Amino acid sequence: MAKSNKPIFWSLFAAGGTLAAFLAPVLVLLFLLVALGHAPALLSYAQLHAFAAGWFGKLFLLAVITLFLWHAAHRLRVTLHDFGLRQDAMVAIVVYLMAAAGTVLSVVYLLRI
Amino acid sequence: MTTPNPDFVRPDEGLIGRKPFVREISKTGWYLKPPFKHPRYLRYMSREVTCVFIGAFTLLLLCAVERLSRGQAAYESFLAAITGPWSALGLLIVLAFAVHNATSWFNVTPKALPVQLGEEFLPGKYIVGAHYAVWAIASVLVLYFAGVL
Repeated sequence: MAKSNKPIFWSLFAAGGTLAAFLAPVLVLLFLLVALGHAPALLSYAQLHAFAAGWFGKLFLLAVITLFLWHAAHRLRVTLHDFGLRQDAMVAIVVYLMAAAGTVLSVVYLLRI
Repeated sequence: MTTPNPDFVRPDEGLIGRKPFVREISKTGWYLKPPFKHPRYLRYMSREVTCVFIGAFTLLLLCAVERLSRGQAAYESFLAAITGPWSALGLLIVLAFAVHNATSWFNVTPKALPVQLGEEFLPGKYIVGAHYAVWAIASVLVLYFAGVL
């Protein structure tokens, strides 16, 4: 059978899509409350820093950020094709590199906390 | 080598004089024009563009974590920067697309995760319903943990 890298990117897409389906609306709602001037207690510096300092908080934020990014990157690749951009090889490199950069940055930022 | 089928020879190649109708299809706006002008393609495109909003929100999360790692003053100026009517409007639009991603994702779970019980398949409404129930519980738990509820 021909080897393909599709299963790797597709499983990241599916995992990210499932996590985003369950969590993205409520996480966006938390930031919407900030925008409306009613910042939730968890998003205060003291509480969020304490949350991100623990290993559970780090793993949670890492999973959310990286899986959301890989989900969005893979779907963006397909969507750009549907909007008429047919340079798939280049599009794939750009979107996956952005997701990889975001993954590395999130690890760096989380380890600094 | 097979001999070419004369029915598929292009008219400008001169073998026969037929002129097949080739419909022009727009690469960028195909879902807005015939023969693809149909609600199912608009639904498909609306589901696919949710990724732009999920991606933008994730970059906002990444910014928040970066500001958080730089200390209290940096993080609090980030919170101040996203407070206001325009970011509220933007986040409301992101929220609508995030909900659209969730509902469109859960509504196809009977196809993605069919459950077989003996000879029968579990009706799809139970699989979809279970996902909506978990979604509601997870959202309430996050709101409770965040101190909103």
